[in-house]
Amino acid sequence: MAAVRVEEVLAAAEEQEAERRRSVTVEKELELEFDLGNLLALDRNPPPAAGLRGAGPRREAQLRALARDNTQLLVARLWELPAERAGGAGGPLVARLPEPAFRLPREKPPPRPRPPTRWEQFARLKGIRRRKRTSLVWDEQAKEWRRRWGYRRAGGDPARAWLAEVPAGADPEEDQFARLRREKRERVARNELNRLRNLARAHRAGAAVPAAPLHPTGHQSREELGRVARVARVSTASLGRFQPRLPKEPAEPPSRSGGRKRRFEPLLGNLAAERSRQLELLRDMGSKKPVLDITRAVNKQLRQEEAEAAAAKGKKQSQRGKRGRRQQRAGRSSKKSGVRRQQQQQRPAGGGTGRRKKA
Amino acid sequence: MDALDRVVKPKTKRAKRFLEKREPKLKENTKNAMLIKGGNANLTVTEVLKDIYAVKKPFAVLYKKKNITRPFEDQTSLEFFSKKSDCSLFLFGSHNKKRPNNLIIGRMFDYHVLDMIELGIEKFVSLKDVKNSKCPEGTKPMLIFAGDVFDVNEEYRRLKSLLIDFFRGPSVPSIRLAGLEYVLHFTAVDGKIYMRSYKVLLKKSGCKIPRIELEEMGPSLDLVMRRTHLASDDLYKLSLKQPKALKPKKKKNISHDVFGTTYGRIHMQKQDLGKLQTRKMKGLKKRPAEKSAEDGGVSPKKSKSA
Repeated sequence: MAAVRVEEVLAAAEEQEAERRRSVTVEKELELEFDLGNLLALDRNPPPAAGLRGAGPRREAQLRALARDNTQLLVARLWELPAERAGGAGGPLVARLPEPAFRLPREKPPPRPRPPTRWEQFARLKGIRRRKRTSLVWDEQAKEWRRRWGYRRAGGDPARAWLAEVPAGADPEEDQFARLRREKRERVARNELNRLRNLARAHRAGAAVPAAPLHPTGHQSREELGRVARVARVSTASLGRFQPRLPKEPAEPPSRSGGRKRRFEPLLGNLAAERSRQLELLRDMGSKKPVLDITRAVNKQLRQEEAEAAAAKGKKQSQRGKRGRRQQRAGRSSKKSGVRRQQQQQRPAGGGTGRRKKA
Repeated sequence: MDALDRVVKPKTKRAKRFLEKREPKLKENTKNAMLIKGGNANLTVTEVLKDIYAVKKPFAVLYKKKNITRPFEDQTSLEFFSKKSDCSLFLFGSHNKKRPNNLIIGRMFDYHVLDMIELGIEKFVSLKDVKNSKCPEGTKPMLIFAGDVFDVNEEYRRLKSLLIDFFRGPSVPSIRLAGLEYVLHFTAVDGKIYMRSYKVLLKKSGCKIPRIELEEMGPSLDLVMRRTHLASDDLYKLSLKQPKALKPKKKKNISHDVFGTTYGRIHMQKQDLGKLQTRKMKGLKKRPAEKSAEDGGVSPKKSKSA
């Protein structure tokens, strides 16, 4: 008797449980897709078109039933997420959402990295690395660790020194403290100017980039179109010389500067600068020695070596012999002579001839 | 030096902050929407704009004066508004004889129109018309799309993406479960799109998951699709491009198979088999002379003492 009762109780409980489950379960032919990061559900089952075609109230009821089922499914998934009480035991239940998965277009293109400054470019070319220095150094006089720079720096502030050395050959009447101050001011000013120049260059580079990729949107600005057309026009083998002209295009071939006007020095102005420029030109013309630009020559040499190394990577054995000989020859001559040879080769094509022609 | 002068620098900290807020960011801010009333908009369209403004509120701007522009013919003024208010989503409402009760929903990329879709309103029930309790402002809605058309048709697919973009609100790391009280349901049948918004009532069901009941809240719209302007594939691809820094870093030497099992690849040095320990036997034991020869003649203990 008792056994029967237990079974009955169990069956009743089971039925009750099933009844409860029935209120929260929904049957769907195709399973829904979820993106819980966006609280999004996509139901690919075709909705019952027959019911929706009907009159107002019936359609509303049908739509609401459909929405209820879908919401129930979405909520069930959301309740499965790992949850915790926010702000202690008594706080509200908070579910941690995953990252949104549905790919949506960005609002703006990703930020462009800052272009390297002039110094960074140079350092890269020369292979100069940044060297870490400690901020604290031992001050021998004060017998303690002090900052390398700034307030209470090691060795004392040179601007505040009570004694300044008069260099050999300097004017004894000159105020050395004033000279130091002036030089410092000049250094600061030059640094600021260079900083601004770098900023301007970065700004220009940012503005110049859109010239190449023209957004294929429905509407382009007049300026943008003009810029792109100008670039396209000179992008032929003959630099746009034989390009047929468009109806309203000006007759002269487009300049590479993109319509920027030439600027001449003022007729009456800095006489000293003009004089020194002319004198320099005459000196260059009179001298037998070729005009040297050491930095440029070294850079050229470096670049050539790099190009050779890059070319050597992909070449076959048959060509390796030839290059080997060339390298030997380069190795025989000393470093200095190698540089000079470079400059001699470079001279006919470089600035030297141009100057001579001008004169 | 004229190149220098062109760099516009903010003069105050506040202006600097303002400009920084608008710069392109690695992880983007929530998209703002602008709701623009056209040159001639009737009551329905105006009400729709107001209602959607109420739904979107902290992330929306309502332009409620007349704006005589036609987005499908000239997008310049939209681009201007977008730049002005830093909004990349827009909803433009107008009404004329050829296209009565017209809504244009669209989005921008880099202040240029990416795609826009024209929708006609066939029926509209306002927030005010339904006498029920409403949701608090700024509630993140649950979005549900029903209908196979949203997956089959290219235009509907883009519309789905557009609607998700428009209504999803801020992306959050966690959410209060009791605060899920707003559903936007989009159903596409027979060339019509039914947009319904419901308030969710969480009822006790006896088990962990609550039973859901819905209550009509408004705004609800019956829409038909009219003209479309979709972005070309390469522009759309460009706009979807994720910056490198945001992509998850690839883990080396770890792979997964279809069943979700993780495999690791281990690189080891070549084992010296001469030193392999085999079975220990008395006969194989090294004699003291052999041992000292292997160590290099002198044992370390001896050298220390010397």
